[in-house]
Amino acid sequence: MPDVIACRNLRKYFADVKAVDGLDLSVANGECFGLLGPNGAGKTTTIEILEGLTKPDSGDVEILGLTWLKHERELRERIGISLQETQLTEKLTVFETLRLFRSFYRHGYDPEDLLRDLSLDEKRDARVGKLSGGQRQRLGVACALVGNPDVLFLDEPTTGLDPQSRLQLWDIVQRFREKGGTVLLTTHYMEEAQRLCDRVAIVDHGHLIALGTPAELIAKLEARNVIEFTSEPALPKEIVEAIGACAGVTAHNEGWLLRVHSLAEAVPQLIAAVEREGAKLVSLSTHEATLEDLFVSLTGRELRDA
Amino acid sequence: MPEKTRIRPPVIELASTRTKEFVRESEALFWVFGFPLILALALGFAFREKPPDKVPVAIVAGPNAQQRFAALQKSPALLPRIMSEQEARDALRRGKVSLLIEGSDAVVFRFDATRPDAQSARREADDALQTAAGRRNVIVTREERVHEQGARYIDFLIPGLLGMNLMGTGMWSMGFTIANARMKKLLKRLVATPMRKTDYLIAQFLSRLIWLLIEVTVLVAFGWLVFGVRVNGPIAVLAILCIIGGFSFSGLGLLTASRARTIEAVSGLMNFIMMPMWLCSGVFFSYERFPDAVKPIIRLLPLTLLNDALRAVINDAAGLPQIATKLALLAAWGLVTFVIGLKVFRWQ
Repeated sequence: MPDVIACRNLRKYFADVKAVDGLDLSVANGECFGLLGPNGAGKTTTIEILEGLTKPDSGDVEILGLTWLKHERELRERIGISLQETQLTEKLTVFETLRLFRSFYRHGYDPEDLLRDLSLDEKRDARVGKLSGGQRQRLGVACALVGNPDVLFLDEPTTGLDPQSRLQLWDIVQRFREKGGTVLLTTHYMEEAQRLCDRVAIVDHGHLIALGTPAELIAKLEARNVIEFTSEPALPKEIVEAIGACAGVTAHNEGWLLRVHSLAEAVPQLIAAVEREGAKLVSLSTHEATLEDLFVSLTGRELRDA
Repeated sequence: MPEKTRIRPPVIELASTRTKEFVRESEALFWVFGFPLILALALGFAFREKPPDKVPVAIVAGPNAQQRFAALQKSPALLPRIMSEQEARDALRRGKVSLLIEGSDAVVFRFDATRPDAQSARREADDALQTAAGRRNVIVTREERVHEQGARYIDFLIPGLLGMNLMGTGMWSMGFTIANARMKKLLKRLVATPMRKTDYLIAQFLSRLIWLLIEVTVLVAFGWLVFGVRVNGPIAVLAILCIIGGFSFSGLGLLTASRARTIEAVSGLMNFIMMPMWLCSGVFFSYERFPDAVKPIIRLLPLTLLNDALRAVINDAAGLPQIATKLALLAAWGLVTFVIGLKVFRWQ
């Protein structure tokens, strides 16, 4: 089975930014693939090139073995898209909107059934303008699903949603995958990537900086845990790096982030180092390593504010 | 899998959702129906049939004043008043009177020659004074006032308003919808589906057509019931003319909105395109007053074509053959702007 989504050497430069700078990706059939990166990393440009909405400066794109240049109409029938910032017509009802989108496709779901599947049937006759953010986003995904696509593209599907709406959306994506669908999504939420995606590509400044399953990527940290601490006065970097069990150090909120193999070894060493330097520990916390920590270790910056 | 929901063709779905959206937008309804009716009503009353206004004339107080006052009062066109010299001069300067009469033996007319009513008041006053002094007219003249159907100002105005309204709503409904959908990334979302782009634009026009027919009916019925402006030509020809005129302006609206990124940009462009036609295409007054050199250009503007054809059908009972050339030119405007608009259209 060839890849469902494949692109080679994708490049897209805007006037002052290299939005996408030589990107290769391949997504297998039935896979959920996540593009992870901070705002401005080139995620949206990448996904819109793959969706055939933006022309790359160079590079090849194949979706379902077809190209945008030759098979646009067939591809449009077979993929579903949710854009980051579409505002659907506020004066139409949920049902009217979905029926409109259904009319564009040769085959697809009955809008009534889909509304029920997506728990939007209660809002069937509500105007789009009166929906909550989560309901609006679900309707956006419903419009992407109504043509019963083979591939689903979601650009930041849960940005700005409350935790419950986010869970509902994840559930919709999971059910689409259970029917054999392939998903490509962008996100800047680590948790989302870890929960939903089989494989994740971390992108920054239009480059691929890491690729693999969430577990593989976290393993790259060579550290299972992360210690976050601040002291008064702050310790110099050499002292922190000298802690034996430490795999990496990054400055963070006037303190340090330490990636460590073993908390049991590292914590006593750290406390000893603080005492040796005559400093006072202000705060100390630990958590299990996440993709966020990988991003920090790869770029020295944090995803959210990078 | 049997489907419960009947899915109509995309063109119909697009047109029906567009129409619903419009009905639910109450401001838009006002601009399509309320505004032209209010305008017609206001203008109709302003220019309704009534005896011509009397022109106010000041007579400077003096030995001859009473005698002159009596003479001028006989004129149906003048409204004389006796004032002190200072009062009279102030009144003339402020435009409260159009003519000032002074002088002891020889009559002196003082007036601003650029004011049309001053000129006629001067002649009228001269006449009245001469007659009162004993002048005999050499030949006999009499007046016949024209009150013929189709020759009143309101008869001229209603077709002009109809044309103006077809232009305004045609261009705005296209331009506004498209720019709005582009700004909200709705166009981008639509082209991410298998929707045919021409379907979208045709649907915009179809939805427009429904409103256009209602709009024309309301305005024509209003003109007939309130002002007695009759459609003298065949109604079917009027309908064809309005549809083709509407198409023409939808095309122009599409072209105007084909690339603009914001509502503001579209508004500016629309006004830039419509303003010359409001002024030149004979909505409120005949374009015959413009210099001969520009008239051929004015006659080719879509609103002029439409207004001329509307007046031919409504006032002069013209049929299809008489307006065929204008119809063809209007259709050409619509077709050319539609095709160019579609070609340069920015979907995202």
